[in-house]
Amino acid sequence: MIDEKKINEVTKERERWEETTLQRWVAQRPERKSEFRNHSDMLIKRLYTPEDIKDLDYMQDLGFPGEYPFTRGVHATMYRGRLWTMRQFSGYGTAEQTNRRFKYLLKEGETGLSIAFDYPTITGYDSDHPFAKGEVGVCGVTVASLKDMETLLDGIPLDKVTTSMTINGPAAMLLAMYVAVGDKQGVPRIKLGGTTQNDMLKEFFAQKLCIFPPKQSLKLVTDIIEYCTRNLPKWNPISISGYHIREAGANALQELAFTLYDGITYVESSLERGLSVDEFAPRLSFFFASHNNLFEEIAKFRAARRLWAKIMKERFHAKKPRSMWMRMHVQTSGCTLTAQQPLINIIRTTIQALAAVLGGTQSLHTNSFDEALCLPTKEAVRVALRTQQIIAYESGAADTMDPLAGSYYIESLTNEMEERAMDYIQKIDDMGGAIAAIENGFFQREIADSAYRYQRETDEKERIIVGVNEYATGEEVPIPILRIDPKVEMEQVARLQRLRRERDNRKVEEVLGRLHYAAEKDENLMPIIIEAVKSYATLGEICDVLRKVYGEHKELIVI
Amino acid sequence: MLAGNRRSIARAITIIENDNTETQKLIASVYSHTGKAHIIGLTGPPGSGKSTLIEKIIREYRRKDKTVGVIAVDPTSPFTGGAFLGDRIRMQELSTDQGVFIRSMATRNYLGGIAKATKDAAKVLDAAGKDIVIVETVGAGQSEVEIIKVAKTIVVICAPGLGDEIQAIKAGIMEIGDIFVVNKADRENADKAVMDIEAILQLNNKERAWKPPVLKTVALTGEGVPQLIEKIEEHNRFLEKELERKRSREKAEAELVEAIKEKMATSIIEELRSKGKFEEFLQKILEKKIDPASAAEKLLKERFGKHIRKG
Amino acid sequence: MQRGKKIRVLVAKPGLDSHDRGAKIIARALRDAGMEVIYTGLRQTPQQIVETALQEDVDVIGLSILSGAHKTLFPRIIELLKQKDLTDVLVVAGGIIPEEDIPEMKKLGIKEIFGPGTPTDEIVQFVLKNTSKRA
Repeated sequence: MIDEKKINEVTKERERWEETTLQRWVAQRPERKSEFRNHSDMLIKRLYTPEDIKDLDYMQDLGFPGEYPFTRGVHATMYRGRLWTMRQFSGYGTAEQTNRRFKYLLKEGETGLSIAFDYPTITGYDSDHPFAKGEVGVCGVTVASLKDMETLLDGIPLDKVTTSMTINGPAAMLLAMYVAVGDKQGVPRIKLGGTTQNDMLKEFFAQKLCIFPPKQSLKLVTDIIEYCTRNLPKWNPISISGYHIREAGANALQELAFTLYDGITYVESSLERGLSVDEFAPRLSFFFASHNNLFEEIAKFRAARRLWAKIMKERFHAKKPRSMWMRMHVQTSGCTLTAQQPLINIIRTTIQALAAVLGGTQSLHTNSFDEALCLPTKEAVRVALRTQQIIAYESGAADTMDPLAGSYYIESLTNEMEERAMDYIQKIDDMGGAIAAIENGFFQREIADSAYRYQRETDEKERIIVGVNEYATGEEVPIPILRIDPKVEMEQVARLQRLRRERDNRKVEEVLGRLHYAAEKDENLMPIIIEAVKSYATLGEICDVLRKVYGEHKELIVI
Repeated sequence: MLAGNRRSIARAITIIENDNTETQKLIASVYSHTGKAHIIGLTGPPGSGKSTLIEKIIREYRRKDKTVGVIAVDPTSPFTGGAFLGDRIRMQELSTDQGVFIRSMATRNYLGGIAKATKDAAKVLDAAGKDIVIVETVGAGQSEVEIIKVAKTIVVICAPGLGDEIQAIKAGIMEIGDIFVVNKADRENADKAVMDIEAILQLNNKERAWKPPVLKTVALTGEGVPQLIEKIEEHNRFLEKELERKRSREKAEAELVEAIKEKMATSIIEELRSKGKFEEFLQKILEKKIDPASAAEKLLKERFGKHIRKG
Repeated sequence: MQRGKKIRVLVAKPGLDSHDRGAKIIARALRDAGMEVIYTGLRQTPQQIVETALQEDVDVIGLSILSGAHKTLFPRIIELLKQKDLTDVLVVAGGIIPEEDIPEMKKLGIKEIFGPGTPTDEIVQFVLKNTSKRA
């Protein structure tokens, strides 16, 4: 990008500067550490200069927003045209309580819904199952049947609001319920917009909320991709996730590489199903974390876009530009927030949110400062929302696209992220793919090792966490925490039992029988699951049918 | 413990693990109650699906109303002295079944070796009334070969696609395995793996009375497990027959010797009586001129003396 | 390597909570400190946890939970431990347990609760110190 002669001059001058000015300075005051490394274990230089980007080719490596390789953004105007969606993940207690929280957030300015389900729902158990005891509504909203979904979305116009559902194992069932509610509201299916997370691969080595074994899970994921491609053109059938991988202990590079590889696997699975790449690829979406190291995260987001674009073009021969773009949702990191001095978490979240915006995300969730203590209170979640609004309207960060492009540091870091991620991708290819890597524990080992290293660094104060291993105050200012009333469980169980009495049980039995048959014949199960939810079969009942056919997953432990 | 009280069984195994003077006393006191359980050893390389298979095996035995004890052995770190015992995770659903007792043991640094400790723990489970005792190891070290010999029936598990399947089975195990299982048999190279193992077994085991079979299983679905159990029981019956055979032989031998002794004595005494020699020496005994043992010696020397000299 | 008694620890994840990063780190740290660690994976019921503790004759049970369901699950576990006569086992817990719940949990019989940010060594030392009596 810069001509050779000028670079050599800079090199010469830099060397002079190192031997003179720098030398004198360091002699008086040595640097704080002998080495500075980021979380991905990359060596961070004290200074980046034009030398570091001498091979940068603007058109090839950066290009323009809205065009291949999309490094600078997936849309041509980015936030100048439309701000990112402020989408706060929420849900707790009963469907009715969460419905109220949704309406509150929409009123306060959030622009899309994101549903957090409770553990029994996520793991496919009804609220009165023995496993559900003590867990109903406790860390998300409980949805055991279409009736609950109807209550949850009551008064929310599904043709105007898009909804993200963080659901994986029973994604098909919950998507079916959403479609059923849309049908009832009279919204044409082609207008329904939203996302189902539906990313089973990462469940097997990161979030661990699996129901069925890997192959069968991948089959269900592909069913949803196929169904949406044909019937729900505005729906993102999958949100290929790195967030959970990162929270489980991986570093930024591993998050990037493993997420992209999962994406590769889903594309392959969809191609095997008979879909053509340009049919489904435009609706694939991604979900990343954003941690404290501002520049590492920005580089990660940019490298992700560029690398995915290349993969789609070169590995999968996509033709449409939209098949190569990577749209992402970002959530600020939960595991970096502390229980100690919780108010300072607002600062961490702000930095993380800024990284996501400077990194070009399409949608953002900011954590509440009480994250390490409980579910967010109303006040805490409002502050989180305001964080995004201040960045959007007061900081100027949204006024130009990809503002850090051309920075010697950022471009250098972006390149390094991309290269190293490609090494990982090659490695997993050599292992035989994602499922083989899951079965031999590769991802799990990488994550466990990273997590352990992080902990040791913290214990040994190589890594400072303000308020925890440094600047700890000891005395805590109590902040209000959100509690779930145990009555929630009792009421939900009563509601569920009443549902089972009042519905047409013959119809339920008949539909479930057909589901069993269809599952054995390996058909796309979405249509019949929609029928099943409309008959008010419960989530647990539907999942149990598939448990019988597919079996249940047992995790491989790697510490 | 003998009554099957689970806390006592657990405590008893801890005594064995503690490897001190109490251990010996414990073993001595339960010894008379052992010998009833069928001890099965299960070994195989990581990735063979061994743990999943064991869970299915236990379920199958439970279906047949047998009680099962399991000892899962894992290595102790030579650097830290600690151990990560994660084998029972695949069997966890069975932990609340009162007919199943699962215990994880680390190899530690036993004076008598881990094999002896495992054997003693197996004795405890045997004495406590378990019909079946399964000993599970990883099969990746020399001590593993020793551990597995604790068992009466040794089952070796491998899976296709683990690299070189045969190399994966530690040397030494090949020779002592009684039943070989190719798990994950729904995979492509399953039949080839079976053939490879059968070929090596043919070479090695020409002398053995029991020809180790090679079975196929799919642990995830349970396919092949009933047949595996049947083979294990067949082996058990074979061993019992072998034992029976040995005992029969010993018994017959004893009986023959007895019979010979009896027949011989009877005919010799008859002869001595008819020749009057018997009465002659009897008188001398009554007159206290000679004792019965010396009398017998003299009689026999007289009777057989020439033969002996000739012989 | 010494012979004889080792400290045996059960690291358990009760309920549906699937966050196992912390539990696995503790398991590893305890092993590195010379203990025998039994980790039984996710989704353990109170019955499974207590049965395992009994069969493995553990000295310590470490419960890890981040879902908020501790108020239901911990009392159940303690009750079962009492029933099975395992009251001499040291029980500790970690994860996300609000400050205000701690006194109640301790009254149940949980010796210590380790919140987020606790250095691993602190936990290891606590276990070492509190198990020396139960020889």
